[in-house]
Amino acid sequence: MSVQTEQEAARSLLSVERLAIEFGHGARRRRVVDELSFTLQSGRTLCIAGESGSGKSLSALAIMGLLPRAAATPSGAILFKDQELLSLPERHMQRLRGREIAMIFQEPMTSLNPMMSIGQQLEETARRHRIAAGSGAHQRAREMLEAVRVPHVERRLKQYPHELSGGMRQRVMIAMAMLTNPKVLIADEPTTALDVTIQAQILELMRDLQREFNTAMLLITHDMGVVAEMADEVVVMNQGVVEEQAPLRQLFTHPKASYTQKLLAAVPRLGTAGPLASKTERPVVLEVDDLKVRFPLRRERLFTTPKEVRAVEGVSFRLHQGETLGIVGESGCGKSTTGKALMNMLAFEGSARLNGQELNGLKGEALKAVRRDIQMIFQDPFAALNPRKSILELVGEPLLIHHRLALHEREERVAALLEQVGLPGDTMRRYPHQFSGGQRQRICIARALALKPKVIIADEPVSALDVSVQAQVLELLETLQRQYDLSYLFISHDMAVVERLCHRVAVMYSGQIVEIGSRDQVLHDPQHAYTRRLLAAVPVPEMDSRRDFKALLEAFESPNPIKPHDYIAPAQCYIEPNAGHFVAV
Amino acid sequence: MIWFITKRIAYAMLILLGVSFITYLLLYLIPADPARQIAGRSATAEVVANIRHQLGLDLPFYQQYLRYLGNLLQGDLGRSYVQRSEVAALIGSRLGATLQLMAAGIACELVIGIALGMLAALKRDSAIDRLLMAFSFIGVSSPHFIAAMLLLYVFAVKLAWFPMGGYGGVSHLLLPAITLGLLGSGWYSRMVRSSMIEVLHQDFIRTARAKGLTRARVILRHVLPNAITPVIPMIGIDIGIFMGGLVVVESVFGWPGIGQLAWQAIQQVDIPVIVGVTTVSAVAIIVGNLLADLIIPFIDPRIDIRKS
Repeated sequence: MSVQTEQEAARSLLSVERLAIEFGHGARRRRVVDELSFTLQSGRTLCIAGESGSGKSLSALAIMGLLPRAAATPSGAILFKDQELLSLPERHMQRLRGREIAMIFQEPMTSLNPMMSIGQQLEETARRHRIAAGSGAHQRAREMLEAVRVPHVERRLKQYPHELSGGMRQRVMIAMAMLTNPKVLIADEPTTALDVTIQAQILELMRDLQREFNTAMLLITHDMGVVAEMADEVVVMNQGVVEEQAPLRQLFTHPKASYTQKLLAAVPRLGTAGPLASKTERPVVLEVDDLKVRFPLRRERLFTTPKEVRAVEGVSFRLHQGETLGIVGESGCGKSTTGKALMNMLAFEGSARLNGQELNGLKGEALKAVRRDIQMIFQDPFAALNPRKSILELVGEPLLIHHRLALHEREERVAALLEQVGLPGDTMRRYPHQFSGGQRQRICIARALALKPKVIIADEPVSALDVSVQAQVLELLETLQRQYDLSYLFISHDMAVVERLCHRVAVMYSGQIVEIGSRDQVLHDPQHAYTRRLLAAVPVPEMDSRRDFKALLEAFESPNPIKPHDYIAPAQCYIEPNAGHFVAV
Repeated sequence: MIWFITKRIAYAMLILLGVSFITYLLLYLIPADPARQIAGRSATAEVVANIRHQLGLDLPFYQQYLRYLGNLLQGDLGRSYVQRSEVAALIGSRLGATLQLMAAGIACELVIGIALGMLAALKRDSAIDRLLMAFSFIGVSSPHFIAAMLLLYVFAVKLAWFPMGGYGGVSHLLLPAITLGLLGSGWYSRMVRSSMIEVLHQDFIRTARAKGLTRARVILRHVLPNAITPVIPMIGIDIGIFMGGLVVVESVFGWPGIGQLAWQAIQQVDIPVIVGVTTVSAVAIIVGNLLADLIIPFIDPRIDIRKS
């Protein structure tokens, strides 16, 4: 035993020992990370998994010596190659940072300096750590971008961050971190902000580079699917405390801590949802035919044909009573735009009929009347509630606008609504900031229910929530559907969530529906190439389910949605391989 | 690009038309009578009426204004009532001195404002921060007239570091420029402070630090360019406020510029000179804003004139 531990110690590159992180001073001191210990070895990947507020990102920042000023590390040690990092002077730390220990962050959209070109930012790292100088730095930047498979390298080097997509920016971030060939790479939620196919590409790249450079990787994530794809060893954190630390296989097959068990149980898994009864015999509540949304662009020059962005092109579907239709697709495919158009928040062409009444062109009183029957829930519960209004005002507002209910009647209704979404009625006196993300989304749902609508458009309603909370909100949505015979248009990028909730699924790609059918037809027997690609990219939180994302690495050029005003798109054709299953050809 | 500039010049013409109209109207409405000023105290009513007729001041307002506009289109700003010479020549002979002081004054404003703003942002919530912000508040709110006199008294009279005023070399220029800089820097330092605090919290600053860059490089190469972008359009806007300070400072320091000319003209109700100086100031403001708009795309790659 002792021989083995000695060997382990010899191989361990970075070790964190009983680390504690605190915020604030004196009586208001709060311990946000406590007794965190782990070791990291060359060529291996350690995942820190946990939900928001678990202290996982702060731990990573502590290793980098980049904790915010208000934070302190009262006890513990971080050892890197026999150096204690917590007591290392800032000047030495600067030489280590980016050279020996590099880091990539969650938000590729904001993590690059908008005022410097990609080339300048890459070369800066090379020069700082004397990896290369002069034209050598440029050469090195080129090589690294090629290594992360960025197409058209020379052009990219001259471009600025805003000219690149999120996936490309994250590749640049990885190239910048790996440029110095660091011993340790810390990746803090590197794929959370990205689409699944892009996520798959980035994960594959990171695995690739790790093999090539024998880097030790510390991956921080909330996504158990990503953990299963990447980890050798897992640390599960909750509220700043380590709940469990185990090799990947053991964690997934025999989770010991009850928290891990709960977490794994809450994760929606693609391919595990129970059967759902078909609702296609029920009456149709929402009929959408040839819906188009186009945003005109300014003329670039006088006398050129004006161009427009074709965000949604010829979308048609039926939504039945009591049914959930999922709209899935990646960012920019037009799924949210479709939802907004149906709420009449955007001008659209084509026809959308709610219970036989045409929605297109409705204005004033008629539009107001229709909105009683069609309501919306938004993605970000933190932004969807006016912080200056109490819950009574927020949830009661639709009742005031549409029914002009008196205050005491509103209070009664709001209390009933809050109880329906699982919140005590007396919380109506409070304000949004006093609630957690999950509770706020419940409040949003209560508000949407206030007018007893027939159809609710839910635009990514659980994307901003932790998995355990996500599961509760999904359950609430299902219960409410049964209770009130509601129809949902459920817009999401998460295939596992869609599988759990939706009776039918439509897959959108560059403004069009490429495949629509029952859930089992679309998700378990996908016919369109894009649907297959999308499903292949979803990481599965299971042992031995590692996917080879190599096939996805090649850039999949999506068609340009900007078309001249008078451009006539070729007509869409669908084949019907099975009854009710339509696939674009 | 050419389309953008053409459009902006067309707008500028409209603005100038508006400015000249409002100035002309205001001067028409004030109770002072230029004819009586010119004629002097002992003149008879007949003489005054005569002068009024000569100057065209007995015409209805719209005719006076149209005549002025017609002359303006031919590049004729009119003749001064008092000095009996071309307004264009009067302004032309003083333009160089004013531009000199303006350039030096704005440079002082920017150097002082940006330096203090940066310092305050980096030492945020400390005693230095509060002191600097209090100082900027005093600078912004103190009357130019008193502040300029005070500085002149302390640095020129008491300490004799600078000449007592007048036009000349760098030593003459320095004190009025610093006065303008100190008084106007408050806006900039407050703006730089808040914009810098915002930038310091951005993700890309964390990235820059994670790259192992030194603190100086992070601040100078990553924070500063992002923090001062919003300041550039501010310079264009500030020229208007700056001109107001210029009038006072030039008069106090005896700087033979347009500000001093305006000061004298206002005292003598010399309408053509007042309108001329106002028009020239309006042109300066418009040109300043246009320059700011044209410079920003070179600093911030995200801004593309062709799309705006």
